[in-house]
Amino acid sequence: MSRYIARRLLFLLLTLLLTSMIIFVVTQWLPGDVARVILGREASEPALAALRAELGLDQPLPLQYVSWLGRFLTGDWGTSYSTGEPVRALVLERAGNSMMLAGLTLLIAVPLSLLLGVVAGLKADKPLDATISIGSLAVVGLPEFVTGLILIEVFAFRLHLFPANSSIRPGTGFFEALPQLVLPALTATFVLLAYVTRLTRAGVVEEMRQGYVRTATLKGLPRRTVVGRHVLRNALLPTITVLAISFGWLIGGLIVIENVFNYPGLGRLMTFAIDRRDLPLMQAITLITVLAFALANLGADLLYAGLNPRIRLE
Amino acid sequence: MAGNTTGGGSQPASLATHERRALPAVFTRWWHALRELYARPSSALGTTLVLVFLAMALFGPLIAPYSATEQISGAARQAPSVQHLFGTDHLGRDVFSRVVLGARDILALAGLGTLFAVVIGTLIGLFSAYRGGLTDEVTFRFFDSLLALPALLLALLVLGVVGPSRNSVLVVLVIVYVPIVARVVRSVVLSTKQKGYVEAARLQGESTASIVRRDIFPSVTPALTVEAGLRFSYAIFLVASLGFLGVGVQPPNPDWGLMVSQARPYVSLTPWALYFPAAAIALLVIGVNLAADGLKRVMLPGREV
Repeated sequence: MSRYIARRLLFLLLTLLLTSMIIFVVTQWLPGDVARVILGREASEPALAALRAELGLDQPLPLQYVSWLGRFLTGDWGTSYSTGEPVRALVLERAGNSMMLAGLTLLIAVPLSLLLGVVAGLKADKPLDATISIGSLAVVGLPEFVTGLILIEVFAFRLHLFPANSSIRPGTGFFEALPQLVLPALTATFVLLAYVTRLTRAGVVEEMRQGYVRTATLKGLPRRTVVGRHVLRNALLPTITVLAISFGWLIGGLIVIENVFNYPGLGRLMTFAIDRRDLPLMQAITLITVLAFALANLGADLLYAGLNPRIRLE
Repeated sequence: MAGNTTGGGSQPASLATHERRALPAVFTRWWHALRELYARPSSALGTTLVLVFLAMALFGPLIAPYSATEQISGAARQAPSVQHLFGTDHLGRDVFSRVVLGARDILALAGLGTLFAVVIGTLIGLFSAYRGGLTDEVTFRFFDSLLALPALLLALLVLGVVGPSRNSVLVVLVIVYVPIVARVVRSVVLSTKQKGYVEAARLQGESTASIVRRDIFPSVTPALTVEAGLRFSYAIFLVASLGFLGVGVQPPNPDWGLMVSQARPYVSLTPWALYFPAAAIALLVIGVNLAADGLKRVMLPGREV
């Protein structure tokens, strides 16, 4: 197992290194001059040259990359072009908010989608399954902002149950923020629900066809035992990987959802940074998100290997 | 999509006869695919929705009573009526006309993006996987690192750098989807190139280009068709989301996502200006999803999910 973990960690580092290179190269492609973006159109040539030297923009690209990565790793994430504040404090605060929202979403979405998937899989091709399957197929593609606006219309404007605006103040705790988290979390739930439900259903259908299920049934085990003891253990194993993959979707979904609900998370910060072409902010947000995504994948792989010896022996 | 496989003849002399024979064959194949799609209620519904929006995109200017940008004087914020089926927005623009004319925008953008991504991704996947070796290894390590970025985040990063515009969105779709398509193609090629008939073609001394086109490409088409359908539905999703975030197609274009975000501040005054474009997005996406799911059942039978 330790060799497996070591290999996965090495692979993770390699991916992160390559991805950070991609992020760096993409953000250096900015058409036009970064110094001019900061100082404005009217800036004088000596001032521009001085700023370029200060930002290291006169250095060759590989050198710039190495020093950029070095500074990032030692905790110096640079200064925001648009607010003049250090990027790190801002990004970490917003990341905490995004994690609160993601956490609540997973808390709702995972049990619900597993339940729906298992029910649909056990009732394969019955009316209940058709309802769940077509329903999930329909909502799987609804953009988050459409789902979010429908939820706002129903739960905020009509029923007055939850606020339509989730712009919480900095430092608000989870339980204090809960009423404002509910609608964005429900919206994000739809992103995961349909996908996880479909794959869980497929896993259950696949396992129900296996020979051991027939053996267990024919030797007289009650259906509840066959399903609970045998089928679910095998069928739910792959959903760990599915959940890790859908975490990437959740990140994308949260970017839109935070904008719909005005929620101060990383996604809202990212669109803010894009509007102002704030490169250091964009780089830090992207890097931190990729790190979270990669760690989620690693965690899922390790959990999977821990539960399934066949993988780690390969 | 299904018609692509017939374009095999490369000798100019046989081109004329080839085309005359191929054209009806393409039609029959489309007709067959369509009939199979209409055999299931859910994919029939999806296909119908897609066809309706396609008609809207093709004949939009004939259907729409007003232009997309015309601000009708004295007619701002009108509720839906016979004159303005979906009402007018806060600037006095006819929402029905904007929704109808917006169909062409989103379908053309998502369609072109998907097409380019599928063509480029297929070429890279085919040749890289067939040749193998270091280039293949490096290419797909690079693609895997790109895929370590969630699609929307990568899209935003690129748009933040090149600036929002219709062409940028097209570039973004290609960058985001080429690695995914190339990977799907690669996985099929890796198993096909082990087959005996490919080995036989190689021993006969056929060129790489010819082996890839005649012996390997046909095995890729079912998975590729399904993938293209999926990519198309995600592309619509992405174009709409980028428009909503204000980093995609720019005003005053009748982009549905953009219309939704522009109508938001006035939702209590002109809810119709928000809900009709939102409904159009929802119906189009659901339609493409159901149709793509049907396509998968037709092209890759026996495969769950």
